[in-house]
Amino acid sequence: MTTALVHIDLTADGAPADSTAALLGAAAALGEPVAVVAVAPGTDTSTLASALGRLGAARVVVAEATEVGSVIATPQVSALAAAIDREQPSVVLLAHSIESRDVAGRLAVRVGGALAWDAVDVAADGDRVVATHSLFGGAYATTSMVEGGLPIITVRQGSIDARAAAVASPAVEMLSVEVTGAVATVESSTPVRPSGRPELRTAKVVVAGGRGLGSPERFALVEQLADALGGAVGASRAAVDAGYIAPAAQVGQTGTTVAPDLYIALGISGAIQHKAGMQTAKTIVAINTDASAPIFEVADFGIVGDVFQVVPQLLSALESRR
Amino acid sequence: MRIIVLIKHVPDTWEERVLDPTTGRLDRSASERVVDEITERALEAALALKDRDKSIEVVALTMGPGESSGAIKKALSMGADAGIHLVDDALAGADAMTTSATLAAALRDAGADLIIAGNESTDGRGGVIPAMIAEHLGLPALTFVSELAIDGDRVRGERATETATSIVSAPLPAIVSITEGMPEPRFPSFKGIMGAKKKPVASHSLADLEPALAGSRQGASSIVLTCEQRPGRTGAEPIVDEGDAGTQLAAFLAQQRLV
Ligand SMILES: Cc1cc2nc3c(=O)[nH]c(=O)nc-3n(C[C@H](O)[C@H](O)[C@H](O)COP(=O)(O)OP(=O)(O)OC[C@H]3O[C@@H](n4cnc5c(N)ncnc54)[C@H](O)[C@@H]3O)c2cc1C
Repeated sequence: MTTALVHIDLTADGAPADSTAALLGAAAALGEPVAVVAVAPGTDTSTLASALGRLGAARVVVAEATEVGSVIATPQVSALAAAIDREQPSVVLLAHSIESRDVAGRLAVRVGGALAWDAVDVAADGDRVVATHSLFGGAYATTSMVEGGLPIITVRQGSIDARAAAVASPAVEMLSVEVTGAVATVESSTPVRPSGRPELRTAKVVVAGGRGLGSPERFALVEQLADALGGAVGASRAAVDAGYIAPAAQVGQTGTTVAPDLYIALGISGAIQHKAGMQTAKTIVAINTDASAPIFEVADFGIVGDVFQVVPQLLSALESRR
Repeated sequence: MRIIVLIKHVPDTWEERVLDPTTGRLDRSASERVVDEITERALEAALALKDRDKSIEVVALTMGPGESSGAIKKALSMGADAGIHLVDDALAGADAMTTSATLAAALRDAGADLIIAGNESTDGRGGVIPAMIAEHLGLPALTFVSELAIDGDRVRGERATETATSIVSAPLPAIVSITEGMPEPRFPSFKGIMGAKKKPVASHSLADLEPALAGSRQGASSIVLTCEQRPGRTGAEPIVDEGDAGTQLAAFLAQQRLV
């Protein structure tokens, strides 16, 4: 059986990132899923390895480098390059996260592979790996493959449902790697505080607010509805620019692409760049005072109305259904 | 100090963007081309540094077909000092490997102290090219930064990832990619537009980039197998709130088993 290497992004406290389960799930369909993780020397690898085993890693390659955590991307690139040398995999999968994109790009250059990015699916077709991509907000679906080298594929977070069977105690192989040349240094870092809400990329329900909310204080209505529905909070760029919410919440062309079961757009006009990030949601609800707002063109349930009237009523109706 | 800014001509996101179903490449005739907003912000970042230190030279570099010279013209009218246009029919539909190798070859001997790019383009959304160029050139890369300053012989910025917000820095020469958290681009002034005509623009074909290109070119490539247009979405006629729309919406969500 061929080997499918999976690069593991770590959270600030050293646990496998949310993207890991889907990556190992995708890898299991392509070969033996082997996790590669770069850590600082002295890290407790047994906890990490059993966590990765639970998510389906058949084996774990742990690469130690002193620069992990204090240097951007290059320690992970060295780790993967060493693991590739040893494992001769047929494919490398990484998350399409900010950290991993740097790693993937550098790795493709370093090992002479080729990159396929932002895949929403990967599948084996004989001995090649075919990646599926969703372009221009879902207006197009393309498939691609790599010729003449190792396929290095970044996978869109939240797009793959397959999960690998848990492995009780995956074998751990230790490597130690070096980083050479000038590096980009992390001088200080503040971890993102967990919001207690589901992650925007993978949430089943997203409630998003736009400029129509009018102020950061009034934007709280969006958060209230999200909490009532157990959903994540999203926003238009205008809401982010106005400072109602952090940039990480932006949905759209230059923000996150989401495809939840339910997307509720509050006070969002539905500019083409916003729709590019949410129009593949299964069900779309929109509330807007302007009957001609383009968001209604894609809404399965549209309400021409004031969010400050409609949403409080919705909240109490939901409350009384409990 | 010389700053080279990577700029890109892309289809206007305000229009429907079209792919050629046989090649999976952009149909260039289908939509108006504009300078990608994020690369305009990258140029703005360079010009803001130049505002403070007039000795800084700002060069705009683009790779793209003939009409992409329009992107350079815009950059010059905004305040860039010179332009470089990489143009060759063989670059049509270039994948990330070819794009990064070509840009790296053009940058290799261009004497940049700092290279500034956008974090990801609106037509590709890969967000990988700056890191790939960095690897080709052996440079440190500060990617996805939303603040940027030069501090002696280092460049420093703020970088927000999915897990943390960090202060990051690297020694020059370095490559930086910026996010849309950076300030909006300035408009070209009348004086800028008039002055742009006199500024130097170099145009290079692939042959002109040898032998640097031979050093960075690699065998592997990514190819498009299929390209399929998805049916558009049609919404339902919206209801007008007559005082009970919130209750109606709750009933709809319940009926769809969404609550
Ligand atoms: C290159 C580029 C990339 C972009 N990327 C993105 C992106 O990723 N994401 C994104 O969202 N945008 C993006 N934009 C911006 C986009 O064009 C729009 O400007 C933006 O989406 C508008 O946000 P909005 O709908 O909140 O604001 P507006 O367009 O101002 O709409 C506000 C809406 O609220 C309604 N409203 C007001 N009060 C109420 C009320 N009390 N109750 C109900 N409704 C009310 C109004 O009728 C209006 O329709 C991008 C633009 C460009 C050029």
